[in-house]
Amino acid sequence: MNIYAVRAIYKFEMARTWRTLLQSIISPVISTSLYFVVFGAAIGSRISQINGISYGAFIVPGLIMLSLLTQSISNASFGIYFPRFTGTIYELLSAPVSYIEIVISYVGAAATKSIILGLIILATAGLFVPLQIIHPFWMILFLALTAVTFSLVGFIIGIWADGFEKLQLVPLLIITPLTFLGGSFYSIDILPPLWQTITLFNPVVYLISGFRWSFYGIADVDVAVSLTMTSVFLAISLAIIAWIFKTGYRLKT
Amino acid sequence: MLNRSKQTPAHSTIVAFMQAIISVSNLSKIYASGFHALKGVNLEIRRGEIFALLGPNGAGKTTLINSICGIVNPTSGAISVDGHDIVRDYRAARSMIGLVPQELTTDAFESVWATVSFSRGLFGKPKNPGHIEKVLKVLSLWDKKDSRVMTLSGGMKRRLLIAKALSHEPQILFLDEPTAGVDVNLRRDMWQLVRSLKETGATIVLTTHYINEAEEMADRVAVINRGEIMLVENKVDLMRKLGKKQLTLQLSKPLHSVPAKLAAYQLELSSDGCSLTYTYDVQGERTGINALLEDLNMAGIMFSDLQTTESSLEDIFVSLLEDRQ
Repeated sequence: MNIYAVRAIYKFEMARTWRTLLQSIISPVISTSLYFVVFGAAIGSRISQINGISYGAFIVPGLIMLSLLTQSISNASFGIYFPRFTGTIYELLSAPVSYIEIVISYVGAAATKSIILGLIILATAGLFVPLQIIHPFWMILFLALTAVTFSLVGFIIGIWADGFEKLQLVPLLIITPLTFLGGSFYSIDILPPLWQTITLFNPVVYLISGFRWSFYGIADVDVAVSLTMTSVFLAISLAIIAWIFKTGYRLKT
Repeated sequence: MLNRSKQTPAHSTIVAFMQAIISVSNLSKIYASGFHALKGVNLEIRRGEIFALLGPNGAGKTTLINSICGIVNPTSGAISVDGHDIVRDYRAARSMIGLVPQELTTDAFESVWATVSFSRGLFGKPKNPGHIEKVLKVLSLWDKKDSRVMTLSGGMKRRLLIAKALSHEPQILFLDEPTAGVDVNLRRDMWQLVRSLKETGATIVLTTHYINEAEEMADRVAVINRGEIMLVENKVDLMRKLGKKQLTLQLSKPLHSVPAKLAAYQLELSSDGCSLTYTYDVQGERTGINALLEDLNMAGIMFSDLQTTESSLEDIFVSLLEDRQ
């Protein structure tokens, strides 16, 4: 294990986070706060409770997931795309580092940043609505698992993308709709039966449901199913990354 | 015993010198576009030498270097660095190598100090601020250590790339066209650095378009064209083998044309008719100079001065490429 390299890349990536503090931490916090103001306070007061939980509190796990997903993807994709774009990737490719070390350091840094962000948003939410976390251990586990999984997805996008447009395309056209339709703002129980079934093909449903369960003990799908599905996405992402490095896809000519 | 222990270091030095530190065998690279960049290249680079790779644009120099460094996946063939296969034993192989790429590819927002320290860590070396300081000072980047990379000039960026490559104390340094776009002073400093690196026992592989520099710097020269190594030669031998000398005579009185009697010498008359140039082979048994001077005397052509010049590596290079085409 080239521990010095892992540390160097991790530190380098985290330095980027602090350098872009405004964009990477403050702006998601502000936008999430706006959601709380609009949905939690303004509209939420007119919406009846869902499963005995006020609407404002109900959307907290979904909103954290929304930020976690988009930020994990954008951090990780940018982290690996930028060296490809500037050409500095030559150094990484010629360094005595294994693919596993590259993934651990880049994805680890992106996931760390997302988890910090998730916790900040959680704390922000606490200012607007009364929070309860029934299963704190599981909450952290879901948070970490989701951050890692979607940082891996981001890493894949960062390698696949051959322009800044594509880098934005997947988060914008796929991840945001999936999160909005994945039960961030509603329980999927309220959907017609057909749409409930269709929704189950949305992977984000399992993440939000499991995460919300860790807060309030209520879930759209069984928490074991949530955990299994999250692990499956993790495994799929890892398999794709293994293939990328094995073939040198978009990295080596 | 005493005698033996005295012999051993010398013996091992000789063995180490003879050993190839990089050996490339049967290396081919066909890019996805179908471009055949390398065609069965065999090459051995010796420990501690300065090795120059010469060739026109698109000859395969960078592909060859990038294959050795692990940036390009070869289509076939094998490469070993100090006995380590670059695929199976990539860690050992790569940690010995520092690469200075041709393009000025640098980070933008990081400080000089951070980006050079990053390189050292990336290559698996523990922190050593003393070494980074030394490298930055040698490359005249010390007063820029806290500056952002994007604020550096082109020449400074070039030196920064060298600093990054030297940050992990490599035993082999690849310089891919290091003096492209670099001013005369910096170029001289750079070659001074290369020489001092060689003195520390490092092996240096460089590509350059400035053939006179390879001529000045290199111990051995390989000429590559269209993905094939055309020759690998000790520079001195190469100069001797392919080198031609020219004898230029400054005439006392201008000539209108070369007298027919002297046609066998294939003399070249300058446009102003004031000088005659005779080209001869250094390796030839007879240079023909004596006969020429006698014949000139017989023809009544007097000269006021004479000088000889050797052909440069550039001339050799050009004639070599022309021969093959």
